[in-house]
Amino acid sequence: MVSLFKKKPAYQPPVDETGRKAVIDIRGVTKTYLMGDIEVNALRGVDLQIYQGEFVAIMGPSGSGKSTLMNVLGALDQPTTGEYFLDGVNVSKMTESDLARTRNQKIGFVFQSFNLLKRTPALRQVELPLIYGGAANRTKRAKAALESVGLGSRLDHLPSELSGGQQQRVAIARALVTEPAMILADEPTGNLDSRSGTEVMQIFQSLNRDKGITVVFVTHDPWIARHTNRVVILRDGRVVSDRMVSQPLIAGKDERPSEADEMESVLKDAYYGGKEEEYN
Amino acid sequence: MSLTESFRVALTGLLTNRLRAILTTLGIIIGVGAVIGLSSLGRGVESFIASEFQALGSNVLFVFSSAPTSGTRTTIQPISTLEGEALGDPTVAPDIAQVAMETVVPGRVVNGGRSVTIVLSGVTPNFAVVRDWPVQTGVFFSDEDLDAAARVIVLGTTTVEKLFGDKAFDPTGLPVRVNDRVFTVIGVMQEQGGGIGALGDQNEVAFVPMTTAQTRLDNARTRDGGYRVDVLHIQTRGEESMDAATLQVESYLSDAHGVTFQGEQDFTIINQRDLLNSLGAVTGILTVFLSLIAGISLLVGGIGIMNIMLVSVTERTREIGLRKAVGARGSDILTQFLIESLVLSLVGGALGVALGWLITLIGGALVPDLDLAITTDAIALATGVSTFIGVFFGLYPASRAARMKPIDALRFE
Ligand SMILES: Nc1ncnc2c1ncn2[C@@H]1O[C@H](COP(=O)(O)OP(=O)(O)OP(=O)(O)O)[C@@H](O)[C@H]1O
Ligand SMILES: [Mg+2]
Repeated sequence: MVSLFKKKPAYQPPVDETGRKAVIDIRGVTKTYLMGDIEVNALRGVDLQIYQGEFVAIMGPSGSGKSTLMNVLGALDQPTTGEYFLDGVNVSKMTESDLARTRNQKIGFVFQSFNLLKRTPALRQVELPLIYGGAANRTKRAKAALESVGLGSRLDHLPSELSGGQQQRVAIARALVTEPAMILADEPTGNLDSRSGTEVMQIFQSLNRDKGITVVFVTHDPWIARHTNRVVILRDGRVVSDRMVSQPLIAGKDERPSEADEMESVLKDAYYGGKEEEYN
Repeated sequence: MSLTESFRVALTGLLTNRLRAILTTLGIIIGVGAVIGLSSLGRGVESFIASEFQALGSNVLFVFSSAPTSGTRTTIQPISTLEGEALGDPTVAPDIAQVAMETVVPGRVVNGGRSVTIVLSGVTPNFAVVRDWPVQTGVFFSDEDLDAAARVIVLGTTTVEKLFGDKAFDPTGLPVRVNDRVFTVIGVMQEQGGGIGALGDQNEVAFVPMTTAQTRLDNARTRDGGYRVDVLHIQTRGEESMDAATLQVESYLSDAHGVTFQGEQDFTIINQRDLLNSLGAVTGILTVFLSLIAGISLLVGGIGIMNIMLVSVTERTREIGLRKAVGARGSDILTQFLIESLVLSLVGGALGVALGWLITLIGGALVPDLDLAITTDAIALATGVSTFIGVFFGLYPASRAARMKPIDALRFE
């Protein structure tokens, strides 16, 4: 082998204090979009390690680069510079067919807008990754995945016959059916009401707690983020905060204060902004 | 992914988008069906017309009076019986075997309550021989009938049908009134194929002895003391004598009619070959015209296919993005789309061939005399072109989408 002469030391994934290996290890990742002549620096050098079995929320203001980062992590997009090791393998050096296999086997991606195939029953949606992975027992496994997200009775329903929350659960079943090492989700609860959002968090929590699957998702909702173990905050394409959650909430158990209750503490007793007779 | 797996994905894709699949197929069906149906019709008409003229016989010349094409001459001297007889003389025209003469007069044939208005052909007895057209029942005229200007008549089958109500009826021996005189039917001409074609219904005819037409039904004397003849049916000694015979007729008649300059001839000589040649130009135009229509149909069908394929690009680009996001390779996508468009094109092509066949069948049923046949080159051309269009426009957007990064395909609008 010619490369023997200049062989770099083989990559060893970093390990955290409890001995867990990093499934995601990105170093100096930048992403620059070209809009005509204008360069948009969506990511300006992100270093991030996420270890096996972690449950991480990524937060940050709109335009801070959260989706850009998720797409890189999900191997749906390539960074402009920097390196990405996924489960010990350098993703930036992969061929197109290795990338496809990685997306198929190691990653389950959940989109904010569900991205289900039109006019296709739930069961077929969930079978899709198994088909491309050449897996056996597809129908059985797809059924089990749908049952695990509480949709065992909706196998033949088309997307148009499901509520938003149910569609997102089909998408989650599709993401977890190949039993990937990690599930990545870009604002999975962004299009859902709070009850459906809580259902999604319940599923994620149990996948993480019971099956040890690494879950990383983007959210704008602090209440949702409080269900995770770790919150990473981006601003202007950089990580500005990366901290552990002291007391993670348990989805379904910790009742979210109603909107009226939340508002109660900030609203004054009565309206004083106009002329009183307008309200009588 | 295995090929059977690709097939299953592609077929599922087609079934979930039935409307798009049906519309695409429809474009192909119309294109292919039109090309096959029209080209078969075109060829059928062409060979039908050709065969009709072939029935005129390859060694027969037709001579009839016509206006001169140039010069100062304005009068037409009719062809006379004396000239016809002279041309039958081997010393005058050695390449002519025999001459049959025909004088036509308007006529009305009546049988009881039924009647038919018809062009009566007064012919010499050798007409049936020269035109190779025998009677199917009864007899044709004899020389005695000619000499006596006998009141006898031979009918075509359509005329029999019109006068007696049934084409198969044998009227031999029965009386009919011809221009208010009583004639006896002595025979029926064999039915001619061709039906209603370029030459009219060749079975709607009635023949009487030439002398009967000239003396009893008309008075058609000519200056030279003969009678007017409308058509000379000249049988030459063989196909190879046609040109020589034509020259002999031309020089004799030119002398007799005082024609000195080319273009002053007051008669026309034609033969089957000339007719076929000039007809070739007409049917050639017909074929070009039909091919044009067929080509336009194919184009319209092709544009239909293209439109549907391109219109669904946005939707399908997102679908491709999603498929890639869950692990499809570019080659999986291409295989799926290739199979999809091949299936559409081939199913559409097959149904299009069936449609073309149906057009041919219907055409054949409407006009039984057309010998319609689907040709393999029409099938090959039509299915080839539509398959190419279907596959190209099915595959081109797909291959573009398959090369995109999944996230770009997912966000495509
Ligand atoms: N395909 C693209 N082409 C050009 N610029 C892009 C593209 N995608 C994102 N950007 C830009 O990159 C920056 C980061 O976008 P990104 O979508 O990652 O933000 P975000 O944090 O996910 O925001 P939000 O919370 O609104 O979803 C933005 O300024 C955006 O305009
Ligand atoms: Mg975003």
